[in-house]
Amino acid sequence: MQHIRAHVLVCAGTGCKSAGSKEVELAFQREIKAQGLADEVMVVETGCHGFCEYGPLVIVYPEGTFYSRVTAEDVPEIVESHLLKGRMVERLLYHEPMTHEMIPKYSDINFYKKQHRLVLAHCGTINPEQIEEYIAVGGYEGLGKALTLMTPEEVVEEVKKSGLRGRGGGGFPTGLKWSFAKQSVNDKKYVICNADEGDPGAFMDRSVLEGDPHKILEGMAICGYAIGADEGYIYVRAEYPLAIKRLRVAIEQAEAMGFLGENIFSSGFNFQIHIKEGAGAFVCGEETALMASIEGKRGMPRPRPPFPAVSGLWGKPTNINNVETFANVPQIIVNGADWYCQFGTEKSKGTKVFALTGKINNTGLAEVPMGITMREIIYDIGGGINNGKKFKAVQIGGPSGGCLPEELLDLPIDYDSLTAVGAMMGSGGLVVMDEDTCMVDVAKFFLNFTQSESCGKCTPCREGTKRMLEILTRITEGQGREGDIELLENMAKNIKETALCGLGQTAPNPVLSTLKYFRNEYEAHIKEKRCPAGVCEKMAVYTITDKCKGCGLCAKTCPVKAISGTLKQQHVIDQAICIKCGACMSVCPFKAITKG
Amino acid sequence: MDLENKCCCGGENKEKAQIDEILSKYVGKKGALIPVLQEIQALYNYLPKDILEYVAEKMNIPISQIYGLVTFYSQFHLNPRGRNIIRVCQGTACHVRGGKVILQAIEKQLGIKAGHTTEDLRFTLETIACVGACGLAPVMQINEDTHGRLTTEKLSAILDRYK
Repeated sequence: MQHIRAHVLVCAGTGCKSAGSKEVELAFQREIKAQGLADEVMVVETGCHGFCEYGPLVIVYPEGTFYSRVTAEDVPEIVESHLLKGRMVERLLYHEPMTHEMIPKYSDINFYKKQHRLVLAHCGTINPEQIEEYIAVGGYEGLGKALTLMTPEEVVEEVKKSGLRGRGGGGFPTGLKWSFAKQSVNDKKYVICNADEGDPGAFMDRSVLEGDPHKILEGMAICGYAIGADEGYIYVRAEYPLAIKRLRVAIEQAEAMGFLGENIFSSGFNFQIHIKEGAGAFVCGEETALMASIEGKRGMPRPRPPFPAVSGLWGKPTNINNVETFANVPQIIVNGADWYCQFGTEKSKGTKVFALTGKINNTGLAEVPMGITMREIIYDIGGGINNGKKFKAVQIGGPSGGCLPEELLDLPIDYDSLTAVGAMMGSGGLVVMDEDTCMVDVAKFFLNFTQSESCGKCTPCREGTKRMLEILTRITEGQGREGDIELLENMAKNIKETALCGLGQTAPNPVLSTLKYFRNEYEAHIKEKRCPAGVCEKMAVYTITDKCKGCGLCAKTCPVKAISGTLKQQHVIDQAICIKCGACMSVCPFKAITKG
Repeated sequence: MDLENKCCCGGENKEKAQIDEILSKYVGKKGALIPVLQEIQALYNYLPKDILEYVAEKMNIPISQIYGLVTFYSQFHLNPRGRNIIRVCQGTACHVRGGKVILQAIEKQLGIKAGHTTEDLRFTLETIACVGACGLAPVMQINEDTHGRLTTEKLSAILDRYK
């Protein structure tokens, strides 16, 4: 019998793929064959490990040696040294950014040590395109248990008892949502998985879809059984081609194995799943807009009630949850609600996957128990701020969330604590910002996003966000007026109260939270016409320092002739003429021009 | 232009046959308009007006409704597009890591603004709100490839690969 003594896991998530992991995988296969190891070493293509910053990632088992930023050129050395001679290639091992300590083992890396991976448990360890690998780690056991040992009522009760709340934004209790759909009497019901992950800075759903697609199918099928639906849709962004491909493969395999289709587990329960590709509209993440889009209409929200549980897709009772929510369901059924309740806080159970991005050393996905502090996530898991800069704020929850300052780093994170400080869990995007980030610019960035994604149906969102954006724009251009801050606050309050859907109701959050915690920055922009972080172009003041050798290049480059001086002597910029284009700074060979 | 009454010599009929083939897959299916348009766009790279009129007639949907749909979703395009589509990410993570500078550099290099196509139809330049590869910020997608950890110095070499 063939004996495989080592496995080489090559990450094939989107991050690693774009960093060249396919070439790495091919190189391994070539090299292993060339060295005559093909019978004893197996190369496995896996989903995302979440540590995208250091991709392409390669992990060699049984030792669990973690190689980062591997290129195809490194492969012969790994094969020869590690797989033939049993010596690790030290230069490719991971080094902790804070201590510079070398960490050979996957499980010893701080980024992973503090995590508790339930949803992401199999991302990066199984081949997502092989259903057998999912079954080997306990896949479809939850569906089997639900269909053969539990009544639909018991399934709903178990999910209720687990305290699972929606991971997509609002945090509505999942079991309660299911019970509403279950109570609706109709011969046709639907289950929808919202995989329209549109929040900029969030990519956890993509990782699960790409790395463990069967988990979603299983969660949806369990939901279908619980509420009495026989058909499901996954609404996934067209921007995620790899996720769509893997889902198609997974559905086909699950149908072939009888986990989807007719009479599943001989229980008489039928369930089929379709994929719908989104066409590029952020508002389609809102449930009523999403259903309109599946129906082939413009994806615009409608007032609720009636809620989807009563009248949803094509007027039928429908239950919508997002990817991460469904991914939690199978293990709740297998291990029971009591097991699940041990993780998290009193009102927020389980874990949450956060997407760590921005000015942080370890960008990637981190799954942690609810109740962990922001400081632990950013410093222990995230490895702190990069380039030794000072932390300024963390933006949580995407365009609907808020920016939190350093004082709140020790706040235990759950749904309710975040809402209390003016942010929200949202989908779990965490964008870390350092001292070089201008908070007014950040608020403008988010409002610009929601404004351009506003569907235009209701006036507060369509007109209100536009006016707010105009005010923010003039503030960042040095035209801010006395009273602008109060005006922004007043408009934000009105939009929050009157907009039709979640997009509009939460659109002012980034403005409100930056006003609350970073008001002094707004004031500096308005009163002193100054951007403290030096980000806002129109307010920048360019000056020539004494490093100037008088070469005259800047004066020649300046499009408005604002620079004067004699050759070989320090030049000066006439601030009254300068249009802040920055052209002089980029041509100066002596780095003598500063921006402040 | 009415494709139904166009005659003979290959071109139009072949087009019509392709459209009919797409439409036949969705006969009797609910919510088919978006997938139909997605397939047509995959064929032409954009949605030509005469084709949309033909689809409207065949599917018995008012052309105004199709126009409303096409202009709502950012994925659909009514004008011809370049052979290579560049989407520069302007999401949050890319924004704080200099995504704007990358966009400006490409605009300068191609001589077009975001949302436009070069005259030789080689590139269409667009922005995208987030491609979900935030660990590699700043990023851009060209066609289906994602390019990450961009610097302005890397851009020329990357663009050269797409003819």
